[in-house]
Amino acid sequence: MSDPGDNLRRLTDLYRTMTRIRAFEETALEAHKAGEIPGPLHVSIGQEAVAAGVCANLRIDDRITSNHRGHGHAIAKGAEPKRMMLELFGRQGGYCRGKGGSMHIADFSVGMLGANGVVAGGIPIAVGAAQGLKMQGSDAIATCMFGDGAINRGPFLEGLNWAVLYKLPVLFVCEDNGVAAFTRAESVTAGPGVIDRAKALGVAAITVDGNNAMSVDDAAAAAVAAVRRGDGPHLLHVRTYRITGHTSTDAAAWRPAEEVTEARSRDPIARLGAVLAERGVGPTELGKMIEDAKAEMAAARSEANAAPWPAAGIAYEDVQDTGAVAWSKSH
Amino acid sequence: MVEVTLIEASRRAALQEMRRDERVWVLGEDVARGGLWGQYKDFLGEFGEQRVVSTPISESTIMGAGLGSALVGMRPIIEMRIFDFVMCAMDELVNQIAKIRYMFGGQAKPAVVVRMPHGMWRNSAAQHSQMLEAWFAHLPGVIVVTPSTAEDAAGLLVQAIRSDDPVLFFDPKDLFGVPGNIADPIEPIPFGVARRAAEGDAATVVSWSAAMPVATKGCEMLAAEGIKVDLLDLRTIWPWDEAAVIASVKKTGRLLVVHEAVEVAGFGAEIVATVVDRLGPANIKAVKRLAAPRIPIPFSPPLEAEVRVTPEKVVGAVKRLIA
Repeated sequence: MSDPGDNLRRLTDLYRTMTRIRAFEETALEAHKAGEIPGPLHVSIGQEAVAAGVCANLRIDDRITSNHRGHGHAIAKGAEPKRMMLELFGRQGGYCRGKGGSMHIADFSVGMLGANGVVAGGIPIAVGAAQGLKMQGSDAIATCMFGDGAINRGPFLEGLNWAVLYKLPVLFVCEDNGVAAFTRAESVTAGPGVIDRAKALGVAAITVDGNNAMSVDDAAAAAVAAVRRGDGPHLLHVRTYRITGHTSTDAAAWRPAEEVTEARSRDPIARLGAVLAERGVGPTELGKMIEDAKAEMAAARSEANAAPWPAAGIAYEDVQDTGAVAWSKSH
Repeated sequence: MVEVTLIEASRRAALQEMRRDERVWVLGEDVARGGLWGQYKDFLGEFGEQRVVSTPISESTIMGAGLGSALVGMRPIIEMRIFDFVMCAMDELVNQIAKIRYMFGGQAKPAVVVRMPHGMWRNSAAQHSQMLEAWFAHLPGVIVVTPSTAEDAAGLLVQAIRSDDPVLFFDPKDLFGVPGNIADPIEPIPFGVARRAAEGDAATVVSWSAAMPVATKGCEMLAAEGIKVDLLDLRTIWPWDEAAVIASVKKTGRLLVVHEAVEVAGFGAEIVATVVDRLGPANIKAVKRLAAPRIPIPFSPPLEAEVRVTPEKVVGAVKRLIA
């Protein structure tokens, strides 16, 4: 990244990824409000720099596991928003054939091993993926995205301990938005938090400003390089803010308005936009990236609305091979 | 053919498959030392510490890491040491392993084998004796294997390791020393095919796992009195050999299911309900379940004995059934 031109291109790519994530989720929120998307919807508005900055440093054969707030991780890893939107709508052509929805987006073809509906559920899976990759002699790595709430679950302790024992190529990313569902994380977390817990187990760990895409990118670049060269697991504690509620129907009205206003002033997209503007990217170009992202997601929404529902028989597929359909149906 | 114990038969099956397929690896507590039951004896020397991994006592991660490795193409044997400890890994088993293929629209087939030595064994009390296989028959997405002989333990373990479906393999602790004759190489035994252990017209007796030798002994006592029954070892309870059981009950009109697990909501209930549903009550003279009372497994020998099914209880149940 010593070449200023390369650097500008990289920042522009980060900006584009973030605007696409934002546009995807804003479109999905509108569609959910309009009754077009069934089920729960957890968006990550305000947290886009985490997904974009981390995944910009991953190769397509690197794997990630994600959590219930995972749209951004999937897009940043290379999943197609159109197929994601079809899945959110429960229509034919979605990533999971209508069996997953918003909480379970996966695209194995780009190394996205799935979003998980159970907090910390992705940690042991990422650790095992890293162990498998190591056994295969691959230099691909696994990255595990989880929230601040996950550090109070057992698999966090188990997974970090395990990753150190076997010196596994895994990057843990604690995406700390300060709130576990409806509860401030600090009010339910003893001690100084994730960094000290990681260090106690021998995991190299640093805190990063998660609303600054460049900081996340730089920290992830260093951590990914270390993990890839065999230095063992690393952890990034990425501090950000969840602008919206826990789900699309949660207004998170318990938070003081000033707190949200202050957080909006640190919006990661606007911040990176300002940097790009300083480096000579004009308002037209920046605006075009936003408009392109909105148009892409609006088209995905229209297509999803027009797409057919899955045939009922699909419910019986993908269960298991043995016995296939015969004994999964009641007679 | 060579005569070996059940646990040695299953050791040879895993050994054969690890030699055959380098994607197969085993993880769990103490497996590099041969495993609690000797089921991985000498594996470390042959396959090395990357493929024979002694782990911390971290059941969630033993289960979840096994799954994660499967998602990148490995074929793990996940050793739970003793069945009861799987409760510490239920999220990884029930919410992750059993769901991941379906929930992601078929993008991944988690080819894992979870080995869970279960059942009563030398007065091990309430947390080391359970038979909860029915829970898992209730869980879509998994295969439930419950062998009772050395031959079946070996052949079904080979089938399990080669299966792309997640397989829950219930090793029968109390039968580990039972001898049998296994071939070299060990051939896979398909899931869902019952084994007929005795033939007769008086009644149909269905069993599996540790209750099977008990049922066998009971049926031998009955035969000595001239009462001959069809005795079926299901070997796997999901899928289970519905056709074989129904064909037998069609012939005998009487069905007894014998299992070590608690009777209430046990898998016997599923079998009886299915048979009655398929054949119609008019074609069935009597049905009965013989299983454990709905109490935890006690420690003291006479108390534990109270819970167990016995050959005498099998004889009594069949006699009541045909009376």
